[in-house]
Amino acid sequence: MAHAGHQDDHGHGPPKGIVRWLTTTNHKDIGTMYLVFSLLMFLIGGAFAFMIRAELFEPGLQLLNPAVFNQMTTMHALVMVFGAVMPATVGLANWMIPMQIGAADMALPRMNLFSFWLLAFAFLLLLSTFLMPGGAPASGWTLYPPLVLQTGEAFPMAIFAIHLMGASSIMGAINVIVTIVNMRAPGMTLLKMPLFSWSWLITAYLLIAVMPVFAGGVTMLLTDYFFKTSFFNAAGGGDPVLFQHVFWFFGHPEVYIMILPAFGIVSEIIPTFSRKPIFGYEAMVYAIASIAFLSFIVWAHHMFTVGMPLAGQLFFTLSTMLIAVPTGVKIFNWTATMWRGSVSFEPPMLFALAFLFLFTIGGFSGLMLAIVPADFQYHDTYFVVAHFHYVLVPGAVFGIMGAVYYWLPKWTGHMYDMRLAKWHFWLSAIFVNVLFFPQHFLGLAGMPRRIPDYASQFADWNMVSSIGAFGFGLSQLLFVWLIVKCVRGGERATAGVWDWPHGLEWTVPSPAPYHTFEKAPEVH
Amino acid sequence: MHIASRFQMRSVVAGVLASATSLPARADWSLVNMPEGVSELSREIHDMHMIMFWICTVIAVLTFGAMIVAMTRFRKSKGAVADQKMLHNARLEAAWTIVPVIILIVMAIPSVEKLVKIEDTSGSGLTVKVTGHQWYWQYEYLGSGVKFYSRLARSSDVARQKGSGIDPRTVEHYLLDVDKPLVIPTGVKVRMLLTANDVIHAWWVPQFGMKRDAIPGFINEMWISVDADKPGTYRGQCAELCGADHGFMPIVVVAKPKAEFDAWLLRQKQEASTALAATEQ
Repeated sequence: MAHAGHQDDHGHGPPKGIVRWLTTTNHKDIGTMYLVFSLLMFLIGGAFAFMIRAELFEPGLQLLNPAVFNQMTTMHALVMVFGAVMPATVGLANWMIPMQIGAADMALPRMNLFSFWLLAFAFLLLLSTFLMPGGAPASGWTLYPPLVLQTGEAFPMAIFAIHLMGASSIMGAINVIVTIVNMRAPGMTLLKMPLFSWSWLITAYLLIAVMPVFAGGVTMLLTDYFFKTSFFNAAGGGDPVLFQHVFWFFGHPEVYIMILPAFGIVSEIIPTFSRKPIFGYEAMVYAIASIAFLSFIVWAHHMFTVGMPLAGQLFFTLSTMLIAVPTGVKIFNWTATMWRGSVSFEPPMLFALAFLFLFTIGGFSGLMLAIVPADFQYHDTYFVVAHFHYVLVPGAVFGIMGAVYYWLPKWTGHMYDMRLAKWHFWLSAIFVNVLFFPQHFLGLAGMPRRIPDYASQFADWNMVSSIGAFGFGLSQLLFVWLIVKCVRGGERATAGVWDWPHGLEWTVPSPAPYHTFEKAPEVH
Repeated sequence: MHIASRFQMRSVVAGVLASATSLPARADWSLVNMPEGVSELSREIHDMHMIMFWICTVIAVLTFGAMIVAMTRFRKSKGAVADQKMLHNARLEAAWTIVPVIILIVMAIPSVEKLVKIEDTSGSGLTVKVTGHQWYWQYEYLGSGVKFYSRLARSSDVARQKGSGIDPRTVEHYLLDVDKPLVIPTGVKVRMLLTANDVIHAWWVPQFGMKRDAIPGFINEMWISVDADKPGTYRGQCAELCGADHGFMPIVVVAKPKAEFDAWLLRQKQEASTALAATEQ
């Protein structure tokens, strides 16, 4: 529609009430819906985690049957990965990419709306499996056959939910790419683009590359289940391990799909609060691109114990270790950005700094896990649980929270309660370590993951970890409260909000008007 | 929280503090670190783990140190003014790309040699076939006709039921005890053939250093060799999620000196043939 006859809602506000939210194609409204949805899912996934840690508080089974416990671990992961972290980054992309590159909206606004509602219904379907005979999926989010084929009535529903999420993610990704490639303001060359937009451009390519692979894998599960194909059944000439290869070919890039936008966010926050441009901008872009490329050739490090040929094990060890190089470049460049800067510690910066330290700890344990012979001990223990929670919670989630604290005044037009934000930060940062650090010990001492009950020698550290979990979970209620307070009112935010704002998003008033950059800005 | 566990907690904390302060006196690290184990392989794996740990620790001290210096020295509240011209530095950036590559190569080299050894199952003195079932293990001594199931011990099984009213701490080897353990000789390379009957399981005893998946329809291999001077009882668990009772299919291995093992195996053979004769009658 190059020449719409008339564009009726330009220049005045959106429709009022519920109709606005059901019919909006505005990138800011859709971004808000994604973010609210993701917060809701974060609380639901958190409730599952709460139950897991409550059961593991002491040895013995007190609250959950083992089957229900497995449903909790499975749904916790699916909800957190596909419902909380990914939609949060999509919400941020929707809000911020057009404003960072000087575009009026996303390139494909109707598809944007469609992908949001697909996601919402996908989760309605997924969560409704709790009410189905046989309960929710309980095979872990990795859905390994043959175990996953023992799922009850929920099985096709969970697969369809995954198909819908995948379709939604692919559409979101196409939208990001089309927007960035076509709608940058004059003068906004690719190598002038803010790093958050860069990180999302690369993430979007990852999504388009791997989501169809995952969809194919789960479809093969579906035909094995209903039509007696034998893709993953040895008795029929198939191989259960084939699914693991397919899954992790998706699953490893997936972890970068979750973390790259957080890299982008941290690359926005650290310069702002160091009052100094990012150090090594181009290296940062190339590092993200190298990480994305490497993420395609490391998948089998998730499955060293399935019995691979020696050459395979060596290849995947070495390629995995290589990821440490571009990741190291990013860590060093962030540090160098603060060096000779003028550093202050507003809430977004606090989260970015916690990210810097704690994500790096997750990086170290990742390096250890890459070493095959040692991985034979670490594999499928709580050491792995500690590792990926360090990269996902104080990594991806802290990145997202940092982004919320960074851009919330731009979205709402109000400053938030700084004192409350600092309380939220310190409680989260302390409890997240109480929660996950002891899990390294548990794994090394021999506790397997995904068990509802454990031998007595694991009791103490499990109790510490559970206390951390309760503290961390409750601290998040402060976050919800802070956001509600900030939406409802507060000190007026200026256009720049922060001391040293840089980038186009800070040139528009706060709150950002419903339509921004209808006339493209000039970038020099 | 039970009084007993609170006491335990305190002793753990005290233990960690004491061991941290009284290094290098041997302390009990078994609650926080990987066991050295009872075989050459497990010790080598433990050593690699410790080397990696220390390399990471050194890198962590350096990078975290730099971050902390940057955060404290260049604080706005101390009047620091940003040097906005500091945009990149080719030499520095090249250094922190190349140096990590070198460190990584140094880290990777020892794993190659170890891996070759781990994957070499030749020259074994005994072959045991391990089959994972939902939710117990089956062991078969190939060539001898001896095979049996190994399930969670009754005492643990009763205590682990929801609302059993039994404090798990009062159960000996809670969840790590079976009705009939696997018996192997010490000082002998034992080849394990792993498979499964229903879903994927994984056989793991931390003291042996190795873990491998048992996959239905396929046979995986691994080997273990317990030191001749370390007979004893070693415990582990299924390590691959295999359904509701994944947490309740432990592995117990009794390692006996060769002579005792041979006598045990002979007895098992006789029992097996008597049982067979009894069923035939």
